[in-house]
Amino acid sequence: MLDIQFTLNGKRISARIDEAERLLDLLRYGLGLTGTKEGCGEGECGACTVMLDGLPVNSCLIPAWQVRDREVETVEAVPEAALSSLHESGATQCGACTPGVVMTAWWVRRNRDVTESHTLRQLMAGNLCRCTGYDGIIEGLEAWLAETGGDREDVS
Amino acid sequence: MTVLLPRDLVEALDMRAVHPEATPIAGGTDLCVHWPQHVADEPRPRPWLDLSSVDELRERRWTEDELTLGAGATYWEVIQDRRAAEEFPLLVDAAERVGAVQIQARGTWGGNIVNASPAADGVPVLMAYDAILVLRSRERTVEIPLSDFYLGYKEMRIRPDQLLTEIRIPRKEYDFQWFEKVGSRSAQAITKVGVAVTRRSAEWRVVANSVAPTVCRCRAVEALLASGDTVSRPDDLMAALDDDVSPIDDIRSTARYRRQVLARLLYYRLRDECPSFT
Repeated sequence: MLDIQFTLNGKRISARIDEAERLLDLLRYGLGLTGTKEGCGEGECGACTVMLDGLPVNSCLIPAWQVRDREVETVEAVPEAALSSLHESGATQCGACTPGVVMTAWWVRRNRDVTESHTLRQLMAGNLCRCTGYDGIIEGLEAWLAETGGDREDVS
Repeated sequence: MTVLLPRDLVEALDMRAVHPEATPIAGGTDLCVHWPQHVADEPRPRPWLDLSSVDELRERRWTEDELTLGAGATYWEVIQDRRAAEEFPLLVDAAERVGAVQIQARGTWGGNIVNASPAADGVPVLMAYDAILVLRSRERTVEIPLSDFYLGYKEMRIRPDQLLTEIRIPRKEYDFQWFEKVGSRSAQAITKVGVAVTRRSAEWRVVANSVAPTVCRCRAVEALLASGDTVSRPDDLMAALDDDVSPIDDIRSTARYRRQVLARLLYYRLRDECPSFT
């Protein structure tokens, strides 16, 4: 077992982890944050996407000890109110991919400059959805980006 | 399971010397695939040496002659680097084609090299730029051209007490540079056939991935391009290509497809660049 400290959704926390735990396991089973889902377990589908030091990553590919002294944000940190444009566009169906989709979309929303060099479909390519066919997701994200107001401040 | 957590490079090299059996890990985008099963399947797990917090490995330094890329620099860091995009556009082209942002944010250039996958997308472009690897152990630092690094499938000229710490990329003026990757889809695909090409006056570099046990310099094709011999259809490249590559049938593609696609990619793209192509 290892003791680590890191920042989770803005709060500094300590956790005792098994060396074999992934960040995904620590979040779901160690800390009870079950919003983050496991999909493929091989870094393909993006269902387990969380933010690590401000960038979206697959939490299934990260040994928990790699987040020591780093900043992790999960879907639980995204305020419900921020998601209305995704709700309205029908960006979700079965819901398995949705927490990961939301995290990547939230990253784009807070880092709009990435849309200058990349299309939304490129930016969202790491989140596979087998129900909606992506159009709703992209429309929802476009609407979210079109909403006026601050980025980091108004949602956290 | 033992985990070694160095805080800096000196400590990492000390740990590497004491635990040559350890597996270095940085972004983990390949090593951690189906990790729970791997852990369960390994009766006596080897220690992990975590390089993800060794900040010295992430540095990028520009000098008059070269870009030195820390082995722990991520794809995303290079994608965001405007100067890299200007001077070494193939680095950005290749990085953009690796996974999607979740992988680009974690995967490292050094990890791509020492993971030694024949399908590595970062390696062909580095090889086409004549990159040199810096290997360090506690005692000494040595350098080796990337094009001499691979000996066979997952076999490399690196000792168990060494770490790949830097990738030196010489700054040269290129008059042609190109990277192409063919996968099943445009995002999140593992390469079926890939190729990076650079030209400096009459000097060509042609490097292919996923068509041999290692990413490979296609020296016979380079010689053909430099010779000025007429090439009037893709098949005219086949004799040279067959000297250079040895594709196989596997889960992603077939040998026949890979060979033909590589010849066609080269022919139709280089037709505009080579007077000897008709």
